[in-house]
Amino acid sequence: MPRVEIVGLTKTYGPIKALDGVDLTVEDREYVSILGPSGCGKTTLIKCIAGIVEPTKGEIYIDGKAVHKLKPEDRDVGYVFQEIALFPHMNVWNNVTYGPRVRGWSADRTRSLAIEMLDMMGLEDRSSAYPIELSGGAGQKTAVARAVSSGSTLLILDEPLGALDAKVRSDLRYRLRELVKDLNLTAIHVTHDQEEAMSISDRVVVMRAGRIVEEGTPMQLYLNPKRIFTANFLGEANFLSGRVLEVREGGAFVEVCGCRLWTRDEKHKPGEDVVVCIRPEFVSIRRATGKCALQGIIGDIMFEGGVVRYEVSISDGVSILSDCAAGLEPADLRRGDMVEIDIASENVLIFPCPPEGLAKEVSLE
Amino acid sequence: MPSIRLVDVSKRFGRIQAIDRVSLEVRDGQYVCILGPTGSGKTTLLKLIAGLIQVDEGEILFDGRSVNDLPPERRNAVYVPQNYALFPHLTVKENVSFGALAKGLPRSEADTISSKMLELVRLAKRGDAFPHELSGGMQQRVALARGLASGAKLLLLDEPLGALDARLRIELRYELRKLARDLKLTVMHVTHDQAEAMTIGDTIVILRDGRVEQAGTPFHVYQRPESIFAANFVGDTNFLEGVVLERGARESTLELRRSLRIRVSDVSYLPGERVVVAIRQQRTYISRDQHDGANALQGQVQAVRFLGSFVKCEVRLENGDEVSCKFMRAIEAPKEGEPVTICFRPEDCVLFPYPHVGLSRELEAV
Repeated sequence: MPRVEIVGLTKTYGPIKALDGVDLTVEDREYVSILGPSGCGKTTLIKCIAGIVEPTKGEIYIDGKAVHKLKPEDRDVGYVFQEIALFPHMNVWNNVTYGPRVRGWSADRTRSLAIEMLDMMGLEDRSSAYPIELSGGAGQKTAVARAVSSGSTLLILDEPLGALDAKVRSDLRYRLRELVKDLNLTAIHVTHDQEEAMSISDRVVVMRAGRIVEEGTPMQLYLNPKRIFTANFLGEANFLSGRVLEVREGGAFVEVCGCRLWTRDEKHKPGEDVVVCIRPEFVSIRRATGKCALQGIIGDIMFEGGVVRYEVSISDGVSILSDCAAGLEPADLRRGDMVEIDIASENVLIFPCPPEGLAKEVSLE
Repeated sequence: MPSIRLVDVSKRFGRIQAIDRVSLEVRDGQYVCILGPTGSGKTTLLKLIAGLIQVDEGEILFDGRSVNDLPPERRNAVYVPQNYALFPHLTVKENVSFGALAKGLPRSEADTISSKMLELVRLAKRGDAFPHELSGGMQQRVALARGLASGAKLLLLDEPLGALDARLRIELRYELRKLARDLKLTVMHVTHDQAEAMTIGDTIVILRDGRVEQAGTPFHVYQRPESIFAANFVGDTNFLEGVVLERGARESTLELRRSLRIRVSDVSYLPGERVVVAIRQQRTYISRDQHDGANALQGQVQAVRFLGSFVKCEVRLENGDEVSCKFMRAIEAPKEGEPVTICFRPEDCVLFPYPHVGLSRELEAV
């Protein structure tokens, strides 16, 4: 029943602060993803929890017990690496039963656990295969089965799907969540892939430059992020400059490109310059009728499988992306056509202008 | 301004047939994405075109002229490998101007080219940095700038975005497409990421076991996949097993498992034939209302996956088959356990002969 509590965790490498005072609590049986760009400290964080990296400062508790001084093997943590790390000279069965055997479990108990694991990961007919004979996906499933079969109820997953092909990756991620939920495990999963994090986690923790930017459920973070960085990192978004015109109960009017838009955000003051953020799927377009104030010209149309994306330029150098489910797109729209733009007002987000500029604020590098 | 033609190109490594009679045509200015799973021959194909490895059989033509016997440096093509392979002891600017200097261009000219290319990839300010001081995305752009600086009009990119974070990959997709268009380059871009291929490519070529499985515009490949493999590899697809019951002039009736019947517009199969029906998950509609009519199947929601701009509902149908529906806008999604009606249009059903290895084995091939 592991609940993980991290207090003021800091790790420095020379002048670089890989972790800068991180506080985080992961509840028992929760599936939490740590999401962020390369170098944000997410891997350092979980390595500290597993005991592979020693923090410079701060404390880590598992079920109330301080573990930050313990050796990795005394922390009872199952760890899955990005690069599939299996014993090459052992077949799948022996890899998976390695932990139980080392721990001296009875043959019966080891056997029934291994069968259950292999069954859950869909590997029941691969138990005599050697790692070299496995596909990437099957190899990583074996690594997960091995990590869990050692009896640890805290599973740490370090980019477990990162080395796999896109298609295999999305199949395996749901399998991971099901395993964790079925076995009542607690999982901390590091990834740079926002879709992966959102689709399998109870809660997502967004990190940047050694700190936690924001945490919340996938829907909260995607639909109502508190920070511009989160809004941009979790999905594509239109960012436009605007100004608050009028604040009323339950929301405010903002001016964007000469148009009034309603937002539910009432925290800003009239006259304040703001960044207006609208996801492309909340922008719809139709042939101009002259009734709508916000108009533009289609600059590009991109087919992206399930989505048709329109790039519409609305004024000098400002353009807006609009996504429409393929098959439901307005008929006969072509590049160069004049269209009017409709924005779902409940999904208009506003943020204070970042002091160092928008580009710096959303920069992924 | 190169156009490329491959005629029955084959390449074998020992016992492995890496490329197997591939024929392909790439027009001048086209952006082609080569898509396939690991081991399908994508990189080998690119290296054959670059001249880094020799073809065993067949012919590669640039602008109608065979280049089989031309060494890489005389093909006017530049290959950008997956790992950027920048010179660690040279600055960004020096890395980019290296090719021009090696060709014997005067330094001033090489410098001009170098700054221009760095500007194109939005790294003008980082010319004096060393590779290790840059992020992965920046290093990738330096490698690209170095490729562009050679002046070659044919760019061969091997997983150019492969080492980058998911979010950054999406950003750079659009930049790459725009850059190629602005510079009027012909590009061949290898990737295993179907969303990337669909977004960037004018044409996508799906490779499987060294052969071309299907080639065409993203729209065409998405709308009219020619095999189960193509339907599975590109886009998110539901596959159902069935048998043709009746064949009419404009529609056929299929029987799915447990006597569930659906109508399809594809009438090219005969009664009694075993088939697989492929329906895109975005064309599989879900509703809370009970309704009947053609292709309205009852089911129960097994799982709801929030993907950001999309929500995916996994539904178990009344006959035990499982399908997924992907739709935009998160708010109205049904809940786990809820009974729902699934429906789809007859014209959105694509039929394939039942594969001799069985459906699940065929789907594992990706």
